[in-house]
Amino acid sequence: MGLSGNHNQAEICVIGGGVVGLSVALGLIRNGHQVCVLDESDLAFRASRGNFGLVWVQGKGDSLAQYAQISRRSARLWQPLAKRLQADTGIDIQLQQKGGLFFCLTEAELQARKQMLSQMQVAVGGDYPFEVLDLQQLRELEPEAGPEVAGATWFPEDGHLNPLLFFRALTDSFLKQGGQIIHSGTVSDIRALTQGFQIQTSQNGLWQCQKVVLCAGLGNQILAPMLGLNAPVVPNRGQVLISERVKPFLTYPTGHVRQTGEGTVQIGDSKEDVGFDSGTRIEVMAKIANRARKMYPILNRVRLVRAWGALRVMTPDGYPIYQQSEVHRNAYLVTCHSGITLGALHEGPIADWISQGSTDLPLEVFNDQRFKL
Amino acid sequence: MTNVSNFKRLPSRHDASVTVFVEGQAVQVQAHDSAAAAILAAGLGHSRTTPITGSGRAPYCMMGVCFECLVEIDGQANTQGCMTLVREGMQIKRQQQARLLTDSQHD
Repeated sequence: MGLSGNHNQAEICVIGGGVVGLSVALGLIRNGHQVCVLDESDLAFRASRGNFGLVWVQGKGDSLAQYAQISRRSARLWQPLAKRLQADTGIDIQLQQKGGLFFCLTEAELQARKQMLSQMQVAVGGDYPFEVLDLQQLRELEPEAGPEVAGATWFPEDGHLNPLLFFRALTDSFLKQGGQIIHSGTVSDIRALTQGFQIQTSQNGLWQCQKVVLCAGLGNQILAPMLGLNAPVVPNRGQVLISERVKPFLTYPTGHVRQTGEGTVQIGDSKEDVGFDSGTRIEVMAKIANRARKMYPILNRVRLVRAWGALRVMTPDGYPIYQQSEVHRNAYLVTCHSGITLGALHEGPIADWISQGSTDLPLEVFNDQRFKL
Repeated sequence: MTNVSNFKRLPSRHDASVTVFVEGQAVQVQAHDSAAAAILAAGLGHSRTTPITGSGRAPYCMMGVCFECLVEIDGQANTQGCMTLVREGMQIKRQQQARLLTDSQHD
């Protein structure tokens, strides 16, 4: 389809077919819109296929209470979304929200974390139900916690899911409900028409739409200025280690190690500024593996079978951008590095905001002008 | 056991004969064969069961990528059969679902 020169039409074009774009797109379909997702290609940096799969709340928004607020709201919306996806597609995305642990290897680390979470608790007027566990208390939850662990912080709203199954469920549900996904190649130009927008793609010609939503991850940096928006996002690499499948021995996800529904142990949480390089480095893999085996010494017995790098989509302050363009009111920007945690928010109230133009979310703090001094 | 394998060995390369045991049954293979090749030659059928549903799987890619050929080799669970060269007396058994980590292997 789409010989150059043809004008393909959609009511709303969502640029970016990762979990952020598809979550928003699915919510727009729910609002009754006709939606087309323009997805670059397999050459794109795909954070959606490389991420860790946490639905994580604790510690998020330590310097911005509204970020804590929207992360927790998304966490509360996750069970109904997972149920709906299963009803629509038959796919169980393995969502578990039984609580999560953040291991601290030293007493100093544990005290610093306790202080941070205490401050967050005060900032929200007390409703922030974390607990600090010493090693003995931790072992009541995770008996394999190692002797070098000082303790952990516990938060009951944390959880995890299988991000690849979530991605697939989103895709299936969206297509089933009449959504279109076009493997369009790179979007090279977006311009406002008298009414609506015209989008130039490298592989599928021109698209015209009434409304456009940028969910292009790292690509937003280039696309946003075309619509009077600002997205100074940069890549931050995380590396992940994957083990052989072993019978379940971990009950709760942690910030660094989790066990999937199939028994795979996933180890991660490295952070590197290396530009647009999604490769791996042995020094970093060794470091995260070493931390993991201090957390759970039984991991010394586990064989690793795979490793990869993936690029987080980071703003200068680490918080998302939700912005309606001041120049072109039918253009929106959605970008974040926690596309899984915030997935239910994006499918829900964020899509409703884009559909209806208003919201009760505190989106003003996530504006795109805050990086301009 | 009666060999019901659909795989027929081509007369292209001859090597010393090695005896391995597939689920306890002696099987003659060639010294350059992998454990996965031995399974196919023996006509074992499924050589592992999946971690969740327990459905049967057999060697597939034969080049170390797909992990369908996981078997227990000389007591070592979750071993890639296609990446393991046979040796005299090797014991190859089906991998039954996920490996139990509290076993004594790989310390």
